Amino acid sequence: MLTKRIIACLDVDGGRVVKGVKFENLRDAGDPAELAREHSASGADEIVLLDISAAQERRATLLDTVRRAARQLFIPFTVGGGIRTLEDAAAVFSAGADKISINSAALADPTLIARIAERFGSQAVVVAIDAKRSKATSHWEAFTHGGRTGTRRDAVVWAQMAEYHGAGEILLTSMDRDGTGSGFDCELTRAVADSVRIPVIASGGAGGAEHFVEVFRDGHADAALAASIFHYGFSRLVDLKEQIGSQGISVRWPC
Amino acid sequence: MIAIVDYGAGNLVSVKKAFDWLGQECAITSDPKHVAKATKVVLPGVGHFASTASLGRLGLQAAIADAIGRAVPFLGICVGMQWMFERSQESPETQGLGVLNGECERFPASVKSPHVGWNQLQVDPSSRLLRGVPSASFVYFTHSFRAPVSHAMVACCEYGGRFSAAVERGHLFGVQFHPEKSGETGLKILGNFCGL
Repeated sequence: MLTKRIIACLDVDGGRVVKGVKFENLRDAGDPAELAREHSASGADEIVLLDISAAQERRATLLDTVRRAARQLFIPFTVGGGIRTLEDAAAVFSAGADKISINSAALADPTLIARIAERFGSQAVVVAIDAKRSKATSHWEAFTHGGRTGTRRDAVVWAQMAEYHGAGEILLTSMDRDGTGSGFDCELTRAVADSVRIPVIASGGAGGAEHFVEVFRDGHADAALAASIFHYGFSRLVDLKEQIGSQGISVRWPC
Repeated sequence: MIAIVDYGAGNLVSVKKAFDWLGQECAITSDPKHVAKATKVVLPGVGHFASTASLGRLGLQAAIADAIGRAVPFLGICVGMQWMFERSQESPETQGLGVLNGECERFPASVKSPHVGWNQLQVDPSSRLLRGVPSASFVYFTHSFRAPVSHAMVACCEYGGRFSAAVERGHLFGVQFHPEKSGETGLKILGNFCGL
C-alpha cells in the first residue's frame, strides 16, 4: 500500500539550519548534513532543504551544503530557495539533489517549470506555494520572497496552473500556521489536494501526531512536512510515525 | 567498471552516488565504447518513454544490446526498466528494446497518478537481485506508467492493481522503483547487483 510520507525540512541560512515562527525570529538548530542523516536514520521518508538566506552572499554556500548533505543520503532529497533559472536548477541537481523546489521564480515565469521538467523530469520539480488566508474574501493568496510579497494570486488556481506547466508535486505551506505548532491548515490543504492530480505536501503548523493524522485524513494530503517539531527533540520521528500508524494511517514503518 | 548510461534523461548523480557508497568503480557515460568495455551496465531513466529514442541515435542501444548478448549483467531503473519491454502507452511510436514481452500502461483513473512515494514489495524468494529483501519491504517509487505483470516478474507492487516492481531473466534485471533512493533496502538491492 502506498504510504503517507513524513518529510523532515531543514531551513538553512548561510549553511546552518535555523527555525523561526511565521518566517521570523530565527534560531540556530545545527549542521544540515548531520541533521539530514539523523532524520533519515530515524525514519524520515524524505528530506527537504530550503535555503532561506535573505542575503545573496550567504547563498553561495548552498551548493556546498547540498553536496555535503547528499553524499550519505539515500532517500529523496529536495532543495529549494533562490532557484531562478534552469542553470540554477542544474547546479543543484549536480550537487546531488533529486528534486528542486521553486516558488517566486515559477510565479514570475511559469514556463520555468516546464523547462526544468523537460530536462530533469516532472518528478524532479516541486512547486512551493506559500499561502495565506485572505481576511476579506474566503480564499488563500499565494506569497513570494519568503512570505514577504503578496501576489493577489489564488493559491488553489496557481496550484492547478503549476500542474498544467509540468510540476510533479506541490509543497503547500500555510503561512498562518507555520511555526505555531497548532496544526496544519486542513481546509487549505484539502482545497488544493482535491483540485490537482499530483501529490500535495502539507506544511506549516505541525505540533504533534494528531496534526499529521488530521491532515492526511481530512486534508487529503499525500505527504506532510515539518521542521521545528524534529529539531529540538520535541518529538522523535520514530515515535511520531508509530503514533500516526497506530491511528490507522499507513506509514513506512519499520523503515 | 559499471557503466551508468546517460542519454540525456535526467539526473544520474544519485545513482552514481549509491554505487560510490558501495565502493564500486562506476562512471556516467554516453559513449558506446565505454558501454562496450563495461563489466555491468545500468540504464536509469526518469523522463518520458520517448526520451529512450535517443539511445538509438547515440549508438547506445546497439552497445547495450551487444553487452546483453555477451551476458553482461544489465539493470534498468524506472523508465530504464520500462524500456526492456516492447513499448509503452506513453509514447506508442517509440520502440522498446523488447527483451521482455508486453506493453507499459497507464494507471487506472481510480488512483492518483503519478504514483509517488514509498510502497511495499511482494518478493519472489528465488530472485537473485532481491536476495535478502523480505516481502513487505518499502521502496521509493515515482512514475506515471507501469510495466505489466509478466513471467519475468520477481516483485510486484499494488497501486490501482498489481504491476511489476522488479523483473529478472538470466542476467537481465529491472526495477520500477528507485533503489538509489530507497534507503537500506535499495542499497542492499544495488549491492546484490554488484555482487553478480
